[in-house]
Amino acid sequence: MYSKILILQFSEAIVHKPLVCALVRDYDLTFNILNATVFPRKEGALVLELYGSRKNFRQGVKYLKDQGVQVKNAEQEVRRKEEKCNHCGACTAVCPTGALSIRRPEMIVEFDQKKCSICELCVPACPTRVMKARPTKHVFFE
Amino acid sequence: MKEHKINKTYQEINKKISSGEVVVVTAEEMIDIVRDEGPVEAATRIDVVTTGTFAPMCSSGAFINFGHSVPTIKASKVWLNNVPAYGGVAAVDCYVGATEPCEDDPLNKVYPGEFNYGGGHVIQDLVAGKEIHLKATGYGTTCYPSRMIEKKVSLDSLPCATLCNPRNGYQNYNCAVNLTKKTVYTYMGALKPKAGNANYCSAGQLSPLFNDPYYKTIGLGTRIFLGGGTGYVTWSGTQHKPSAQRTEKGIPVTPAGTLFVMGDLKGMSPEWLTGASIQGYGCSISVGLGIPIPILNEEMAQYTAISDEEIFTQIIDYGSDYGNGISKSYGQVSYAELRSGFIKLDGENVQTVPLSSMVKAREIAEILKQRISKGEFLLGEPQFTLPVQM
Repeated sequence: MYSKILILQFSEAIVHKPLVCALVRDYDLTFNILNATVFPRKEGALVLELYGSRKNFRQGVKYLKDQGVQVKNAEQEVRRKEEKCNHCGACTAVCPTGALSIRRPEMIVEFDQKKCSICELCVPACPTRVMKARPTKHVFFE
Repeated sequence: MKEHKINKTYQEINKKISSGEVVVVTAEEMIDIVRDEGPVEAATRIDVVTTGTFAPMCSSGAFINFGHSVPTIKASKVWLNNVPAYGGVAAVDCYVGATEPCEDDPLNKVYPGEFNYGGGHVIQDLVAGKEIHLKATGYGTTCYPSRMIEKKVSLDSLPCATLCNPRNGYQNYNCAVNLTKKTVYTYMGALKPKAGNANYCSAGQLSPLFNDPYYKTIGLGTRIFLGGGTGYVTWSGTQHKPSAQRTEKGIPVTPAGTLFVMGDLKGMSPEWLTGASIQGYGCSISVGLGIPIPILNEEMAQYTAISDEEIFTQIIDYGSDYGNGISKSYGQVSYAELRSGFIKLDGENVQTVPLSSMVKAREIAEILKQRISKGEFLLGEPQFTLPVQM
């Protein structure tokens, strides 16, 4: 199962079209809407997490692009200030994906960014505040 | 007839440290040594066993003397980077406590609060060499006419700064679960509902007081690793409770002994005194603490060989019981089980979450071992040891 958080931008010309439902019907993808904004008679923006096989995912995204939807990766990531981490383990209580885990028997807290779903629960859970959520390149809603 | 086969004194061990002949191992290395060689042989060969622990220790703080300015002031209220410090001591003395949040902190108004800056962070900033904004007010007297001062201070410019922690190094601590239906945020970390996780906080086999369970070598004058520098045990800590129930090997199965420790803040470092923000609970400080245990005889060799399999604690509900003063145990688990990643609670696997850093605890025991081996750190013989009965 492949999943990614995407930001879709719908121009004024296509904002009225039902496009996202095709991802489910024609490409066997599942999605979870994280944020949605429609500006009346202007444009719309949708943040969703899309799940499915890699192949379907690729084809689904291609379909959206063909319809004129702008597709971007969610420009957010969680990073750890490596040298400041005390390796206590408090973050592992809240991490839902296992991106933060403990290597045993050394008891070193490891952070695997590939497994991170950017839920940001670890940010306030870390007592030394070494986990930071930050935008990568672009602004979420321009 | 002597009580022990091996008998060494502090003076003999210190002589060996000075001459470089001393044999030092960490508490983790000692486990196998005693298992393989037996306590008598181990006590013959090993002189000192080093321990370590690094975790939030709320009962910590520092006495700070910030020197006189002209005109003089009798500071009755003091703020360091907007964190209130206790000013009810002499004219320019104050005590900054680790858990004091900064004046404009929203606390838990939006639950769970973040508590980003407090007394612990002030202490960390000081030892990191940063400038701290100091403000003090007074009511004005003939000898101390000034009513308000503001100035920048740094650790170098302070005449005196002493770390003074009334309760550190708890000998054992609870394992926390949450049996309610909602996530709670406690000083034991985030606890998911219906025992979603079990949090614990001890360095176990490396923890100082597990390696000398009856405080036979620990008391007023024991020289220790504290916050990266040198400190001393000066008293039993607050809530010191040696009467807790113990196993055959003397290990308490509930929170028991505690330490009152002090040391010159000027010799310490931000790596070992780290401000902590505990979500929904408050500010604190993580303290690095390590105690060298002299192997005076085979009995001490045996004590320092304790391993996580032989150390137990109680599962306590922090969702409801703890806050209501109910000390009901939902089971006893060993630190070996806790360290494995899962414990069994009512037949279900529960994820365990450590709050005390084993990585840092090991580093402390190793640093202490190096300092002693190089002759830089001598043992302090206690004037009296901590009470075993209270």
